[in-house]
Amino acid sequence: MSVDLFINALIAGLLLGGFYAAVTVGISISFGILDIVNIAHPGFIILGSYIAYIVNDRLGIDPILTGIIVLPAFYALGAVIYQIYYASFEKRGQDPLRGLAFFFGLLFITEVVLILVFGVDYRYVKAGYIDQSINFGFVNLPLRMLIPCLISLLMLALLQLFLTKTFIGRAIMAVAQDQLALQLMAADPVRIKRIAFAISIATCAMAGAFLIIIQPVEPSVGREYIGRVFAICVLGGLGSLPGTLIGAMLLGVVESFTATFYGPSWAPAVAFGLLLLTLAFRPAGILGR
Amino acid sequence: MRSWLFFLIACVVGAVVFFATRMLGNEYYFFAGYTVLQFIVLATAWNILGGYTGYVNFGSAAFFAVGAYTSVFFHKAYPLPIPVLILISGAVAGIIGLGMGYLTLRLRGAFFAIATLALAVVLQTLIVNWDFVGGSRGAYIIRPREIAVIGNYVQYLFLLMLGLSVISLTAARMIERSRLGFGFASIRDDELAAEASGVPTLKLKLIATTLSGALMGMAGAPFPYYIGYLEPASAFGLQYAVNSIAMPMIGGTTSWLGPLIGAVLLGTLQQWATVNISSAVNLLLVGVLLVMFVIIAPKGILGLIESRARRKKS
Repeated sequence: MSVDLFINALIAGLLLGGFYAAVTVGISISFGILDIVNIAHPGFIILGSYIAYIVNDRLGIDPILTGIIVLPAFYALGAVIYQIYYASFEKRGQDPLRGLAFFFGLLFITEVVLILVFGVDYRYVKAGYIDQSINFGFVNLPLRMLIPCLISLLMLALLQLFLTKTFIGRAIMAVAQDQLALQLMAADPVRIKRIAFAISIATCAMAGAFLIIIQPVEPSVGREYIGRVFAICVLGGLGSLPGTLIGAMLLGVVESFTATFYGPSWAPAVAFGLLLLTLAFRPAGILGR
Repeated sequence: MRSWLFFLIACVVGAVVFFATRMLGNEYYFFAGYTVLQFIVLATAWNILGGYTGYVNFGSAAFFAVGAYTSVFFHKAYPLPIPVLILISGAVAGIIGLGMGYLTLRLRGAFFAIATLALAVVLQTLIVNWDFVGGSRGAYIIRPREIAVIGNYVQYLFLLMLGLSVISLTAARMIERSRLGFGFASIRDDELAAEASGVPTLKLKLIATTLSGALMGMAGAPFPYYIGYLEPASAFGLQYAVNSIAMPMIGGTTSWLGPLIGAVLLGTLQQWATVNISSAVNLLLVGVLLVMFVIIAPKGILGLIESRARRKKS
């Protein structure tokens, strides 16, 4: 194993991990904090990718800019979905089994609708920086990985600030711990949860834009990410954003090494294998509560 | 009703179905019927774990594919008759179910569901990288044109699947009315309380995953012979996972009748939609129906019928 290959694989893994953090942060909020098992999360990410693709294809707007523009729309979508989820499952206090089936159905519907509209061809976006890269000696930093990674880190930092410094953010952290106490503080738990869930879906707009910059996208790509996001979320400890970042970086590096030294066709199994092992041996994760 | 009596009646119904399909005199009905029957087995198998014990399995496709690929393996290594393959596939899938249970059943609810999804992808990656059974290119299975006694090979496959449906429905009904079934139900209703009352929950859950996995594997065993060409993407298709969840949910999860109703309705509807509209639309139909039913009729069609009957009484 040569040193430069090793270092390049490590850096590629860290960049990939930064992107994975953006993909997972929504799940860390909805699943980690709110206990809503939103299996459809990757479906919304793919939806974000396709929106970035259409806008880029028709108007030539940068995918990340598109991601920022459609943030409010995704926020609204998230609020609507939470309202449906709340009215039909949480309020009735029904077993979570049906909630799971609900999200599984949503995932399936987004995938099939995208297939019906766009077909199963791979789609990609055009932007000036996608083919470029920065080189430091033998170290290679492709911009199509570096830019999503940096913006994703920025997004995570902002979210962490929001969750720890603002009233609503703290209320979101509190709603997971004690709803009644939150009510006594004059905050409506349902409203807080709706905001939190809407934010989690809003992150899909950004993650979707990153995804289509990094790789060509077709509707069923989302499935590969189900395992990844939950693996990272569990690995990092539920509901902790710094934990999410660590988990994402770890998975990115492990996947990158697997792809470099054993071949890319083994990479998907790594995430899921890691998830199975974590679940079996340390369900609390690295920074578990 | 005694179980053997139920089994006899089910056999008679199965025979009627077979000869009625033969009377129609169109090969297509055997092809379509096979798919519906396959879903009856899958839905019933899913329901043993998902409906009776309340553990959602998103990995049905993995067990199905394990069955199918066991057949492919033996087809390449040492060809055996399909009934034997069904038994072997059942054993292999059952062992994987047991292993999955050991790994994941200490996890409750959502974690278990996610772990099963993970298992499906791990298995798919293994198959994609395993060249002997075709890898990602897939494998061709040349099926004989004729078979002794029954004659037509598709009819033979149809008959096998019919037999499997009868067996799995009888098994599901037997479980429902046995100590085992009550144990399962106690886990579904309140696992902690069940454990505190001395129900051996881990043992029961392992039995459920093994049985459910074995039945799904059995359903997959004849699939390569039916389809003729098997590739990982089709064997691990999301439609198996979605259908085997949607069918019991739509029919009703508390009884053996629910998956049967769901599979017959949804399976027939899908066959119709595939022919008359398109195969993508038929998948959309399943997704929409699943979401609608879990929101509007959480107890499925059986639940709707029951509540109507209760209203009439009062």
